[in-house]
Amino acid sequence: MRMTYIRNGGTLALDPVKCNGCGRCVEVCPHAVLEMADRKARISDRGACMECGACANNCETGAIKVTAGVGCAAAVIQGVIKGTGPQCGCGGSSEPSCCC
Amino acid sequence: MQPVKVVSTRLSLGDILGGWGVRWNIRRGRYRVEPGLYAVGAPTADSPVLVTANYKLTFDKLRSGLTGVDAWILVLDTRGVNVWCAAGKGTFGTRELERRLLATRLDQVVSHRRLVLPQLGATGVSAPQIFKDTGWRVVFGPVRARDIPAFLGAGMRKDASMRRVRFNLLDRMTVAPVELVQAWPFLLGAAAASLLLALPFGTGYGTRLLRFSVSLIGAVLAGTLAAPALLPVVPFRAFSLKGAVIGAAWGVVASVAFRASVAGSLAFVLVGASVAAFLGMSFTGATTFTCQAGAELEVRRGTLPMIVSLALGVVLLSAWRVLGI
Repeated sequence: MRMTYIRNGGTLALDPVKCNGCGRCVEVCPHAVLEMADRKARISDRGACMECGACANNCETGAIKVTAGVGCAAAVIQGVIKGTGPQCGCGGSSEPSCCC
Repeated sequence: MQPVKVVSTRLSLGDILGGWGVRWNIRRGRYRVEPGLYAVGAPTADSPVLVTANYKLTFDKLRSGLTGVDAWILVLDTRGVNVWCAAGKGTFGTRELERRLLATRLDQVVSHRRLVLPQLGATGVSAPQIFKDTGWRVVFGPVRARDIPAFLGAGMRKDASMRRVRFNLLDRMTVAPVELVQAWPFLLGAAAASLLLALPFGTGYGTRLLRFSVSLIGAVLAGTLAAPALLPVVPFRAFSLKGAVIGAAWGVVASVAFRASVAGSLAFVLVGASVAAFLGMSFTGATTFTCQAGAELEVRRGTLPMIVSLALGVVLLSAWRVLGI
């Protein structure tokens, strides 16, 4: 089942001129947001994009840009309280407090 | 060179119980294995290298999916966090992988220069960067460990289904208990409120206590268990609104079941909606498809209505009990 969330994929941008067609972004996307067409990557399902950043992180030509972050309300709240911006509490020195 | 530990692909009773425990938030932050190089089966210099996180639940999931496979397992230090979350934080990342390659002297263990990473590690590890820095080639394998034998058998190729993250009912209910355990302040609050609302002591105290407990604790369960379970079928995309719908519905059910007054019914609906909205919103962190911009929007727009709704509900509950309206 395809589940989507609010504001999904808002910051995902792909520059077809820079794209060298390696297909890595399609390989790493967990939600099939991207597909190959005419030896170039193409955004085919923006609404399913959770902005994890895997595609941009593995794009060797810098053709993909996305503002990656954590889709976690607890992290957002913690960031507001501490004034640091969204921060996942897990894996730190103290007890984990959220998702993972 | 560190000694290579050979591990079984079969989980012991202790592994199974430990895995069950962390699903209930027991020892979750300390459930770790030592980073380094491990082996399953009888790997040779040609065998594949599978990279993973040092969360023991992750490590166990991986090795239990490798029955009949001869492979090396390179465990990164992610501070006990699973691959995807650690990749988001950068601990399952390019630098840690490069450090671990050096520390284990993997280039002297295998003759090839190819690493298989879980696909969800791609958020933290940059394959082009690893290649540029070290000459190792990164192949992103399937999302799920159980697909690895098929992936390796097909010459390290994955089909579309191995790439997709799913989040079906079973997946959602597997992660929901942690939400319930973490909602303990809400459970405590519901219990304390029930003890007070059922006053005065004497005739009917037990019955009233039971009714308030069921109604209020039910609101917590609506947000922590019902919202994850019903996620795809409840309207709205914002989790707080999904929670509010379920919590309000529970409030109506409780009101009818316990023949609450008009004020009491309104109170149950308001308390149910606000509590379940907040707890439903908290579930965003456990899901596989939410983005940060959306979570920020929910927190920004939702916090005030939740607080107002809860406060109004508490006032009405008190008025119902004290003034009898």
